[in-house]
Amino acid sequence: MKESTVPQKREEAVPQTREEARSLVPPVDIFDIEDGLAVVVDLPGVKKEHVDVRVENDVLTIAGKAEHKTPANPLYKEFELVNYFRQFQLTEHVNQEKIKAEMKYGVLTIKLPKAEKAKPKKIAVNVA
Amino acid sequence: MTFVTWNPWREMEALRREVERAFENFEARPGDGLRGPVLTERFARSYPFINLSEDKDNFYVEALAPGVNPDSLEISIGPARGLGNTIRIAGEKQAIRMDVKPEAYHRNERQAGKFIRTVTLPVEVDGEKVSADYANGILTVKLAKAEAAKPKKIEVKVA
Repeated sequence: MKESTVPQKREEAVPQTREEARSLVPPVDIFDIEDGLAVVVDLPGVKKEHVDVRVENDVLTIAGKAEHKTPANPLYKEFELVNYFRQFQLTEHVNQEKIKAEMKYGVLTIKLPKAEKAKPKKIAVNVA
Repeated sequence: MTFVTWNPWREMEALRREVERAFENFEARPGDGLRGPVLTERFARSYPFINLSEDKDNFYVEALAPGVNPDSLEISIGPARGLGNTIRIAGEKQAIRMDVKPEAYHRNERQAGKFIRTVTLPVEVDGEKVSADYANGILTVKLAKAEAAKPKKIEVKVA
């Protein structure tokens, strides 16, 4: 599992105004499950509608837009929520149709089932 | 042989740097807001991160605590029961429930465990009027300022 930031095609000529340019790298857990991979990401402050998970060319992209308003006049600040962004290069093909993502308590859980051809095939050995 | 004269200003400068280094993780410097939810050992004692804000009648404590079961959260006001200026937030961030063998991990960056954090507020709050809300991994506690701590408006008489 390689982490990679894939150079994205951007229209350089037109600067994207008013877009939060800074982003946080969220901590992740990645582990094998029975039929694929599970990715667990801490995304506090992100509503489930604002999570973007996609797999393109074997690159898993996780992006989240944090929406957070300070309830009153700020006195003291330890954290600031901006957008989250992280990419991983997947080593195996993933069945895109069957990707499942779930958001609970600010934690995103993604299940990436392996594509059929990536699963190991059991070959029966015939004994003569 | 180089001859170096003792320079008190250099000593002062070195001391200043030392002090700055010791405090660099506490200070909120401009542009230093990008401390994410990553819990490194260095910050473990100040987990969860909190933001504090106030309006006329209330204090709001927001804590960045993803993946915490709301049932495990305990909020109490001290030091006296019901009245005081410290708030204690305790809870537990659960480890992954699924049975994962250690060798199945590719990455394990999220940390889990129990936490307690005590925050001292600038004024006393009323422990009876506390409400807490946990949404999207952020805990927001609303604390009513004690009557005595509220700003009083003093009318100016015009003679």
